Amino acid sequence: MSAYWAIFSARLRMLLQYRAAALAGLSTQLFWGLIRVMAFEAFYRSSAAVVPMPVEQVVDYIWLGQAFLMLLPIRLDSEIRAMVRSGTIAYELVRPLDLYNFWYMRTVASCLAPTTLRCVPLLLLALLLFGMRLPSSPAAATAFALTMVSALLLAAAISNLLNITLMWTVAGEGTAGIMQVATFLFCGMIVPLPLFPDWMQPLLNYSPFAGLMDLPFRLYTGHISSDQVTTVLARQLGWTFALVIFSRWLLARGTRVLVAQGG
Amino acid sequence: MLDALRLYGRYVGVSFRSQMQYRTSFIMLTLGHFLMTGLEFLGVWVLFERFKNLGQWQLEEVCLFYGLINMAFALTDATSRGFDMFSSLVKAGDFDRLLLRPRSTVLQLAGQEFTLRRIGRFSQGLIVFAYGAQTLGIDWSIAKVGLVMLTLAGGASLFYGLIVLQATMAFWTTESLEVMNTVTYGGVQTAQYPIDIYRTWFRRFFTYIIPLACISYYPSLALLEKEDPLGSSGTFQWLSPCIGIIFLALCMQAWKVGVRHYRSTGS
Repeated sequence: MSAYWAIFSARLRMLLQYRAAALAGLSTQLFWGLIRVMAFEAFYRSSAAVVPMPVEQVVDYIWLGQAFLMLLPIRLDSEIRAMVRSGTIAYELVRPLDLYNFWYMRTVASCLAPTTLRCVPLLLLALLLFGMRLPSSPAAATAFALTMVSALLLAAAISNLLNITLMWTVAGEGTAGIMQVATFLFCGMIVPLPLFPDWMQPLLNYSPFAGLMDLPFRLYTGHISSDQVTTVLARQLGWTFALVIFSRWLLARGTRVLVAQGG
Repeated sequence: MLDALRLYGRYVGVSFRSQMQYRTSFIMLTLGHFLMTGLEFLGVWVLFERFKNLGQWQLEEVCLFYGLINMAFALTDATSRGFDMFSSLVKAGDFDRLLLRPRSTVLQLAGQEFTLRRIGRFSQGLIVFAYGAQTLGIDWSIAKVGLVMLTLAGGASLFYGLIVLQATMAFWTTESLEVMNTVTYGGVQTAQYPIDIYRTWFRRFFTYIIPLACISYYPSLALLEKEDPLGSSGTFQWLSPCIGIIFLALCMQAWKVGVRHYRSTGS
C-alpha cells in the first residue's frame, strides 16, 4: 500500500508546482462562468415557460461546474502515451506492482491536484462576488462533500480506462476527443442536466457521467434532497466498480497482445 | 507583395501535403473537431427547446450569430498556428532564425501551418448558418452576400489580431499567457448569442475595447433587417465589420514594436 501512496503523493507534489498556469486558467474560467451565468439569466428573464430548476440553482450549478472542470476525465496521461509510443511501457510491466492500481493512483493524483488548485480560489470568488450561494443546508453540504469524493474515484476510473485504450490506439487523440464530447454533454457542463428535454432524463440520470458533476451539484443546490445521498453514492460507486472490473479485464488482454514499440 | 503571396501559397501547399500523410488520423481529427464544436450548438438547442425564446430572439436568428462567429474563428484558427505557438519559439531562442531570413516575420509565422482539420468547426458553423438563413427566409441580394463575406473577413481579422497580440506579449513575458483565451474562445462563446442579452459593462467591453459586436451582432441585424434594440443605425451595421480589419492593423503595429524589443533567449 505504501508504494501506491508514494506514487500518489509524488505525482501530486509535481503537479502542484504549476501555480502560474493555474492562475491564468482561473481567470479564463471566471470569465467563462460569467458568460454562462449571463446567458442563462437572459433565458430565464425572457421566458414564461415552466422550468424544472430555478435560476438561483442554475447559477450555483454553473459556478460549481467551472470550479471542478479539471476533475473531468478528458485528458490522456501524456506520460503513459509516451511510454506506449516509445516502448518503455515494457518497464512498467516489470515493476513488482499491480499495473492497474499503479496507474489508478497516478490518475487520482492528476485529477486531484489541478482541481484543488483551481476550485478553492474560484469558489471563494464566486461566493463573494458572483452571486453563488452556500449549500442549501448542512446536510446538503455533507452530501455534496461525500459525493464529490466518489466523483473523484469515478473520474479516475474513466480516465484510467482511456489510458488503457492507448495500448490499442497508440495515438489516442480520437478516443480522447470523443470522450470529451460525451463527458461535457452528459455530465451537465454545457447545460445542467435537469434542463434537457424530459424524455432524455432517465437516460441522462443513469449514465456514468451524471455522477461526475450533475448529481453532486444537485445535492449542493438542494435540487435533489440530501436524504437521497445514498442512492447517488450507490450509483457513482456502482459505475466505478463496473469500470474498474472492465478496465482490469481490458488491461489483462492488452498486456498479452502488447507489442513494445521501438528497439 | 505578389512575391510574398506566392511564397505563402507554397507554405500552405507544403502544409497540406504533410497533413495528408496521415490521412486516417486527419479524418478522425476533423470529425472529432466537428463533433466537439457541434456540442456547443446542441447546448443552444437544448436551451431553446426548454425556454422557446431568448428575449425577442428565436432559435433561427441565434443560428445566424452562432454560424458567423464560428466560421470566422475557424478561419483564424486554421491560419494562426505559428502565432499561437510563438512563445515556445521565443523560449528556445528560435525566433533568431526567422529574423535572419529575408522575409517578414509575419509572413513566416502565418505560413507555419494551415491547420486543415479546422474545417470541422467551419463546416459546423456553415451548416448552422445555412439552416438559420433558410428557415428565416432571408432575401439574399448581392449586397447581403457581400456583407457575409465582409463579416467573415472582419471576424477572422479580429481574432487574428487577438492572437497576434498574445504572441506579442511573449516578447516581454516569454511564457505564453492563457489569459488571451478569455477573449478568443470566450469571445466565440459570447458572440454566439445576441450581445444585447448581456449586462451593460460586459457589452461595452466587447464593443469598444474588443470590437466583437461589430463583427457579429451589428452585421447580423443588417442581414435580418431587424430594428436594433440598442438603437444603432443601418449604415453603421453595414460598415461595422471593417472595424475588425482596422483592429488587426493596430495589432500588427504592436507586433512591430514587440519585434524591435526582442532579445534572444536560450543558449
